[in-house]
Amino acid sequence: MTQSTKTRTRTVAVPEGNGHHLSVSAGKLPRNAALLTAAFSTAVGIVLGLILGSGLTLMAFLGWVVFVVAYPVWALSIEGRRKATDRTVQALAWSIFVLAMAPLVSLVYTVVLKGGPVVTPDFLSRDMTGFASLGQGGGIYHAIMGTIMVTAIAAIIAVPIGVFTAVYLVEYGAGRRLAQSITFLVDVMTGIPSIVAGLFAVALFIVITGDPLPRLGIGGGVALALLMIPTVIRSVEEMLKLVPNDLREASYALGVPKWRTIVKVVLPTSVAGIVTGITLAIARVAGETAPLLLIVGTYPEANWSPFDGAVQTLPVFIYTSLAATSDVKYGDIWTDRVWGAALVLIIIVMALNLIARVIGNVFAPKSGR
Amino acid sequence: MSTAVDPGRLAPPTDKAAAKPPARLGDVIFSKAALGSGLLVIIFLAGVGIFLLLQGLPALDAEGESAYGEPSIWKFVGMLIYGTVYASFLAMIIVTPLAIGLALVISHYAPRKVAKPVGYLVDLLAAVPSVVFGLWGLEVLAPRLLPAYQWLNEHFSWIPLFSGGVNQRSLLTASIVLAFMALPIVTAILREIFAQTPRAHEEAALALGATRWEMIRLAVFPYARSGMVAAVLLGLGRALGETMAVAMVLSATGTGYLTLSVISAENPNTIAAFIANNYANASGAKINTMIFAGLALFLLTFIVNFAGRWIATRGPKKG
Repeated sequence: MTQSTKTRTRTVAVPEGNGHHLSVSAGKLPRNAALLTAAFSTAVGIVLGLILGSGLTLMAFLGWVVFVVAYPVWALSIEGRRKATDRTVQALAWSIFVLAMAPLVSLVYTVVLKGGPVVTPDFLSRDMTGFASLGQGGGIYHAIMGTIMVTAIAAIIAVPIGVFTAVYLVEYGAGRRLAQSITFLVDVMTGIPSIVAGLFAVALFIVITGDPLPRLGIGGGVALALLMIPTVIRSVEEMLKLVPNDLREASYALGVPKWRTIVKVVLPTSVAGIVTGITLAIARVAGETAPLLLIVGTYPEANWSPFDGAVQTLPVFIYTSLAATSDVKYGDIWTDRVWGAALVLIIIVMALNLIARVIGNVFAPKSGR
Repeated sequence: MSTAVDPGRLAPPTDKAAAKPPARLGDVIFSKAALGSGLLVIIFLAGVGIFLLLQGLPALDAEGESAYGEPSIWKFVGMLIYGTVYASFLAMIIVTPLAIGLALVISHYAPRKVAKPVGYLVDLLAAVPSVVFGLWGLEVLAPRLLPAYQWLNEHFSWIPLFSGGVNQRSLLTASIVLAFMALPIVTAILREIFAQTPRAHEEAALALGATRWEMIRLAVFPYARSGMVAAVLLGLGRALGETMAVAMVLSATGTGYLTLSVISAENPNTIAAFIANNYANASGAKINTMIFAGLALFLLTFIVNFAGRWIATRGPKKG
């Protein structure tokens, strides 16, 4: 155990922040203490695991326990109680990070592993007409198209309302009571559970169509729009607030009317952030299942009419197909379909997220944040 | 100068505007459109309330068959609210320490270069569609948890939480999945709040010789206390309304059981999961019953979210 008097920068397994660390001349653990302890714990974990004859999960768990105990104890013996507490918390915080990321890694791994072989050009270009009771074939073309259509309807409803409302809140209503109550209602809307949005669409279209069990693409669009509007308003509002007031005042000083100032100066300045916010909102609703399950239903082929009958969407396809996976005869093919559809859905949602980030990073104005 | 410009005054840039110089038409139209969509948001939300009431209130005198075998609509909704609150409460117990730890890693422990990708990863967790999360919970997580449940049931069945039989699709499994789904939003809020701690407070603590953990305890937590409560309440609001993951993971029939056990096969059911699982077979008066249950869920989440925002707006304490 060497004693380092140099200012510690960072170790590999447990990085320390730079800057505000006290230089202590008393006994200190070596710089790579965390790494050494990690190696030791891994070894102990593997040995214990082998002795107990158990799997990888238990090895990792044992190794973790050894680390969380050994690291602070080592610190306690050299650096004292306060430092030991600090290191315990540090170890726990990073353990939590690993624990929180485990589901993400496991989920992506499982979906790619199980869905990857299923997603073929055939799977993407066929619908389920006539395949529902067959042990082979079939695909999710209709579901992909349905998801795109319903999400597009939602965006067409939600984006103009959201952007204009945000413009009102920032440019016209600032400080007024109406704006304050709208802000409050947007908060309420943010908290609407997705299933309640679906029930709203059902209740609305029961009244409009008179059909006791309405199943309509447009209904799905309305339900998703309800979930999307608050997200869009929030993000556009944030972005508009970032536009420096100098720009507006310069424009007014040149005699430009207010609305042209907004259209030509304020919105273009914040366009990157707005597009990012809208794309993220679309990504969020594209994966929504609950409202679509109620109002859009399922259908074996592509239905391009939002005003006539059920439309198949990807999330609902996954959910309803899951019930068929326990089928004795055709359970396997349905399992394949479920994982294949899940992979496609994840790819769509993640791609939208990625696009949003890229837009946000590449086109962001330099004055932003 | 350009001959196209009216020399008399600075021409407003459009014909519409030129027609009415004092109140420019473009301005009027644009401001009215902005105001109109603001009002539309109000109408939209009022519509949600009105239509849910319109279709939900007929269920008030539902009983027996149309209340899914319960003697009254209140018993029906009460059972489901119990399950909803219980599952979300468990999820919050799991998520609170996780989110605090994760937010601390991002705001205080990770070096700046690492913090940004870590933040992205957490956001990516938020992007996973709930139906895929449910699929993962059902197929991957639940079987892994079963041995732990069996062990708990064997050794601790005298605690009501672990009594009864064992089922991998139990309330605890659903709550764990819920916890991971609420984690990103709680972490995101906590991260913002922790980052708002005045730099001077932190540096003062460090300058007095505090370790990093002592600094966090002395400077960050007192400043963030109300924000932390608000973040957990907002996460709770999200967990209460989460549908698909619970609907897929939890094995519950009907309105479920009034039980404390979190690992057995006899589980309480949640409002959202009940609606999702039973809507396909519903018709007539049962639709009204479902819409009434949805109304109850809406109210529940509204109260929780309202409390969260109220605490958040009270602002950080001076400390």
